[in-house]
Amino acid sequence: MQPLALSAVDLVAAVQQGELSAVACAEAFFDRIAAVDGRINAFLAVNREAAVAQAAAIDARRKAGKPLGPLAGLPVAVKDALCTADLPTTCASKMLEGFRPPYDADVVARLRRADAVIVGKTNMDEFAMGGSNENSAFGAVHNPWDLTRAPGGSSGGSAACVAADMAPVAIGSDTGGSIRQPAGLCGITGFKPTYGRISRRGLVAFASSLDQIGPMARSAADCALLMETIAGHDPGDATSLAEPVPTYTSLLNEPLQGLRIGRVAEHFGAGLDPEVAAGVEAAFETLKAAGATIHDVELPHAKYGIPTYYLIAPCEASSNLARYDGAHYGHRAEPGKGHRAETGKGYRAETGRGGGGAGEYVGGFDSPLVEMYCRSRAEGFGPEVKRRVMLGTYALSAGYYDAFYAKALRVRRLIQRDYLEAFTKVDLIAGPVSPTPAFKLGEKTGDPLAMYLVDMYTVGTNLAGIGGISFPCGFTAGGLPIGFQLQGPALAESLLLRAAHGYQQLTDWHTRRPALPA
Amino acid sequence: MTAHANSAAEPYTIVIGLEVHVQLQTKTKLFCGCSTTFGSPPNTQVCPTCLGLPGSLPVMNRQAFDLALRAALALDCQIARFTKWDRKNYFYPDLPKGYQISQYDLPFSHSGQLEVVDPKGAFSRRVRITRVHLEEDAGKSMHDEAAGTADTRIDLNRAGTPLCEIVSEPDLRSPQEARAWLNELKLLLVYLGVSDCNMQEGSLRVDANVNLHIPRGDGTVAKTPIVEIKNMNSFRSVERALIYEAARQFEEWQATGAELGSAPKQTRGWDDPAGVTRGQRAKEESSDYRYFPEPDLVPVTVSEEQLAAVRGEMGEPPTVLRQALADRWTITPYDADVLVNQGRDLVAYFEELATLAKDGKVASNWMQQDVLRTLNERGGTIGEFPVRPAAVADILGRIALGDFDTSRGREIFAAVLESGKTVADVVASLGIAAVDDAELESLCRELIAANPKIVADVQGGKEQAAAGLIGQAKKKNPNVNPGKVRAMCLTLIKQLG
Ligand SMILES: [Zn+2]
Repeated sequence: MQPLALSAVDLVAAVQQGELSAVACAEAFFDRIAAVDGRINAFLAVNREAAVAQAAAIDARRKAGKPLGPLAGLPVAVKDALCTADLPTTCASKMLEGFRPPYDADVVARLRRADAVIVGKTNMDEFAMGGSNENSAFGAVHNPWDLTRAPGGSSGGSAACVAADMAPVAIGSDTGGSIRQPAGLCGITGFKPTYGRISRRGLVAFASSLDQIGPMARSAADCALLMETIAGHDPGDATSLAEPVPTYTSLLNEPLQGLRIGRVAEHFGAGLDPEVAAGVEAAFETLKAAGATIHDVELPHAKYGIPTYYLIAPCEASSNLARYDGAHYGHRAEPGKGHRAETGKGYRAETGRGGGGAGEYVGGFDSPLVEMYCRSRAEGFGPEVKRRVMLGTYALSAGYYDAFYAKALRVRRLIQRDYLEAFTKVDLIAGPVSPTPAFKLGEKTGDPLAMYLVDMYTVGTNLAGIGGISFPCGFTAGGLPIGFQLQGPALAESLLLRAAHGYQQLTDWHTRRPALPA
Repeated sequence: MTAHANSAAEPYTIVIGLEVHVQLQTKTKLFCGCSTTFGSPPNTQVCPTCLGLPGSLPVMNRQAFDLALRAALALDCQIARFTKWDRKNYFYPDLPKGYQISQYDLPFSHSGQLEVVDPKGAFSRRVRITRVHLEEDAGKSMHDEAAGTADTRIDLNRAGTPLCEIVSEPDLRSPQEARAWLNELKLLLVYLGVSDCNMQEGSLRVDANVNLHIPRGDGTVAKTPIVEIKNMNSFRSVERALIYEAARQFEEWQATGAELGSAPKQTRGWDDPAGVTRGQRAKEESSDYRYFPEPDLVPVTVSEEQLAAVRGEMGEPPTVLRQALADRWTITPYDADVLVNQGRDLVAYFEELATLAKDGKVASNWMQQDVLRTLNERGGTIGEFPVRPAAVADILGRIALGDFDTSRGREIFAAVLESGKTVADVVASLGIAAVDDAELESLCRELIAANPKIVADVQGGKEQAAAGLIGQAKKKNPNVNPGKVRAMCLTLIKQLG
């Protein structure tokens, strides 16, 4: 039995039935990682010894006749933005190099309880900021379909490791498209559920009101399997939803007959690559042939999605990333000339500050404390993170708040309303994931605005707080995957998974693998 | 410059507004489950959330919110039905997230008031409350005092402790009023169980905004620039700092004529040992906190049922209790004030005593002259006070029955306190037995026979001469009731002719 060729659903079944040992399964994927990741750079940390030990324990429990979890023996790669107590969590940033959190993210804890095997932590854009995975402090990820191209981002490592068979499934996070876009560019299935459907506790925050964790796999069915474990209410996340979690896998096979699918004309305007357009149009035809009906819908404010997103996300990020100041953990600059660290005897407690604000020892910009802050952050953060922290800091500043942040919140509500309105007419909205197939590494790094536009079809989902799924719907003449996206109303996870699964039952794009010899 | 008290003689009005921060008396922090116990070893009451570790999230402690609601209701505030959290962004080592979760434009309550009435009638002031909001406290920075070092240690045990900020309108008109108002506020918050208001432990902190309104000869008023005073460690410091600052501002105005609006608000720190306020360096990053709504928390809604539940658990605030005590036990407002100002436990002790003794006035006298005085000498709380209300009531009952007089009662009180015995045991061990009428009569006859001079004086109309007989009676038998001796002797002398 060749574990690399099996779906997650089949792997779990094989382990549970004793047809495949969890150890053999884990070893197969670790061997594959060892063979190909030198070319891909999808992993920042690999957990072979611990994972194999965990797999052995699962096998022992099965042999002893004890029940196994719903993901028994399933290797899972986890984006390095999720906290893991047994592996460093760096967010691909020098700022957190070597940082080991004292706790597991809720999703990681759920995976472990379900007997999944965490194989390692995947590369990403630093603090999830980027659409090409080139913003990693630990090197870019290479697209398995063409090693000279980017895998997309920010969950580029998660997408590439699934595409290259280094893990059957992976966990990503999606703030403006960071699951769906790399899934599209790597030819896999990536699912961004409704905001709050999966706990964010332990996900290193980029933009809290937009961040959402989700599964990345070869198929919608495998995403559904993972969702049953990772979705659900977490009292430790105030924004997590309390609604019960359906058994997504049991709802996959309902027919697409009568499904009303919306098509947004603006999605097919300027900037869309013709081969991508053709692939997406063909997918509409396939859905139509399966009994779905296609309807034109409007999202009048979608054109403001990118500017709205690039205000709200950096504003939240500027605050979320303030904690990386060198004082408590993470990278700290070496002391400057003026600093003398001596241990004295008498410590005097600073008077508690009433109304907040900095205490008495901040001093001027030339003080040792401020110097330490500035140099630690200057050294620890990469250029894209700095750019967004500065954008957000500026936009939240006195005198600019109303013109930028407050206005962006108003537009966000209009975008949400557009979707609500559209979903009174259709069940799902379909279209491209990103305007082009995978672009060359280095192609857009000199032009941040061009890079931001790769998110143009995906940010609306996050701004509206709804769900979206992307999966392959064809290939370009050059052999690059073309992604198709479905967006659904809040908590329409079952419908999205079912529609994607229905499409995958009729097509075989998702089963194609890049030629990447070991 | 000499600091001197404001008085009617001074040619200006002092205008004072206060900003008070109180730590709420919750078991756990505002956004995580860590304990709020004071004085534990540094950094032992922390978790990923209050350490601000990557990926950690806040979850609101509803008990803290309800306590804050209780405070706001007691301050007569309007309660917002919808309130949200905001981030206040600034860098400081004892603020591990780089922002404080606070409330900016939609505080949970606003527009309240708290009145302070001087029991001696010196002043009465209704102070408007601008707003009350809830926020998390920062940690504590400990700076190395050794010269030349820049070493600072951080204790994050306090980080995330719930803090209620109470902002008053500039309605106070003297340092004395400010101090009295703070006392009243503290009493209220302690009564309601909202906070222990311990300034030494930092659970109550005060900043004061002050300026002067100075009438000019032409009928216009000059207003001096507003100064915010910080670092005051007691209510007495607040009073002293305000007295000093008013005098300083007046001198400065006389010297420079500087008025409100001519300069930004200045912050001055109170140097208690030196008894002066000192200008603090304006922070270069000043006050752009880049507030924005906290995306990790959901807005809080407050229903009528929740408000009713909080009201139901509130208990009588001091103002209501003062009036209630005066009414229930027919004691003076002054007496009610003294009792209420000692706290809820002492009031409970008093009410138990008054109920058992069936006499509020006598109970109040004993509370103030005996219980409180002894308590102050001994230290400790009324809850730990060894003589319980039933014992005091026992003594009062025996006095009322004429078993012994008040001064004898005080000796018994002292003996009960000293020995820990019951009143009955003390009475027995002191040999105090009620003197029956026959015994009393024979004692009085004996005294009358032995004191012809006194008898003659009484017969001659000088009834006060009978006091001599009482003195002798007490010597012969310490248990006799002086009133009864006097009445018996006068009757017997009258019978003599
Ligand atoms: Zn904590």
